[in-house]
Amino acid sequence: MTQEELLLMEDNYSVVIFYSTSAAIRAESLAKRNKLMVKLIPVPRNLSSDCGICLQFNNEDKQRIKEILVERKIEYDDIYEI
Amino acid sequence: MIYLDNAATSYPKPKEVGQAMMYFLEKVGASPGRSGHRLSIEAGRILYQTRERLAELFNGDDPLRIIFTLNVTDAINLALKGLLGPGDQVITSSMEHNSVMRPLRGLEKRGVEVKVIPCSPQGVLCPVDIKRAIKKNTKLIVLNHGSNVIGSLLPITVVGEIARKHDILFLVDTAQTAGCYPLDIKKDYIDLLAFTGHKALYGPPGTGGLVLGERVDTKKLTPLKEGGTGSHSEFEEQPDFLPDLYESGTPNTVGLAGLNAGISFILKEGINKIHQYELNLSQKLIAGLKEIPGVTVFGEDQAKDRVAVISFNIKDQLPSEVGLRLDEEYDIMCRVGLHCSPATHKTIGTFPIGTIRFSMSWFNTFEEVEQAILAVRNIAKGA
Repeated sequence: MTQEELLLMEDNYSVVIFYSTSAAIRAESLAKRNKLMVKLIPVPRNLSSDCGICLQFNNEDKQRIKEILVERKIEYDDIYEI
Repeated sequence: MIYLDNAATSYPKPKEVGQAMMYFLEKVGASPGRSGHRLSIEAGRILYQTRERLAELFNGDDPLRIIFTLNVTDAINLALKGLLGPGDQVITSSMEHNSVMRPLRGLEKRGVEVKVIPCSPQGVLCPVDIKRAIKKNTKLIVLNHGSNVIGSLLPITVVGEIARKHDILFLVDTAQTAGCYPLDIKKDYIDLLAFTGHKALYGPPGTGGLVLGERVDTKKLTPLKEGGTGSHSEFEEQPDFLPDLYESGTPNTVGLAGLNAGISFILKEGINKIHQYELNLSQKLIAGLKEIPGVTVFGEDQAKDRVAVISFNIKDQLPSEVGLRLDEEYDIMCRVGLHCSPATHKTIGTFPIGTIRFSMSWFNTFEEVEQAILAVRNIAKGA
């Protein structure tokens, strides 16, 4: 099973909303390097973001994801639990 | 055929470059940063990966501080016109390419003070002269790292340190060094590094960029262009974050996919190895040319370090005629004339006739150098 398929099975996940696609892709790259299960998905309809994609991750990784965003100074709009 | 015009555009490219471009056109195709679908995300990943590789090559911390441009000229224009305003002073050297000189002369008409520090006829810059030219209103120092005429290097690290001590920004034109000479924005004290993709980085034409060091405040660097970025679409104002602030309009993703492969090739081979090899080729070529009666090779005699760009002339022969004979009779491609750099030719004393220029890459061989020397020997003999 691929990392992405595994992630889809989880039903408790969150998304990070970014201002730009470049930031979203950078966060994805760094999260994967840290062996976290993440996936870039279109922004859910009830949330508003202009850069069409957001980063999905398991809730248990929230702290680690936040740390990466802060450490690498990646600007993001917000994190939402889905 | 022997291609000795790599300082203009490198040829051939590593085969992976064309393959990566074909892969993009056939399998990805989409516009990055505009849509949420899989192909758009994949296109975005290719751009990001290219930024990551460039950050590795130049020792930058944040790949998003790498701004893609059309070429190095475009990057230099962004830096100069974005930073300088009336009343500011900018210091440069007499070894600059027109990619720096022309925007500076344009800015001069709009009230920017331009100070050109003369270099010796061998192309040597004395850093003390730069230090002496610094005034209260000095905002920027801009230097060409490797000469596109004689292959000499300007002392960027020393000048960069001077700039930092005086709290002045330092812009480096790496057109001839990025990809074939080790560069480190931290150790070399570079605040803005302008590069082109189609020379020693082995990418296709239409690729280049500007690396922004930590000291560059984006509030003080005005974008040259504004427009669609795929971000902040609810606003009619340009977004203020990187890289979108400076990257408007659909990017050259197919070209950047090729550049990505070119940089991977360099990282795999190792930049020190590439530099050493090209240095060996240069030394052999210079030594061979110097032995030919009537041939003058320009630049410093004892230079230990350089890039593989060599200029020479043959006594009583016009560069343009020599170039034509090299092409038609010897199948050697090179460039003759002024190489877009009148300032350098005035410095080394070859204005307005210019020189014959041989420029090499990782893909040239010692056999080719021998053949080129033999060709010049024959032409110099009048044969």
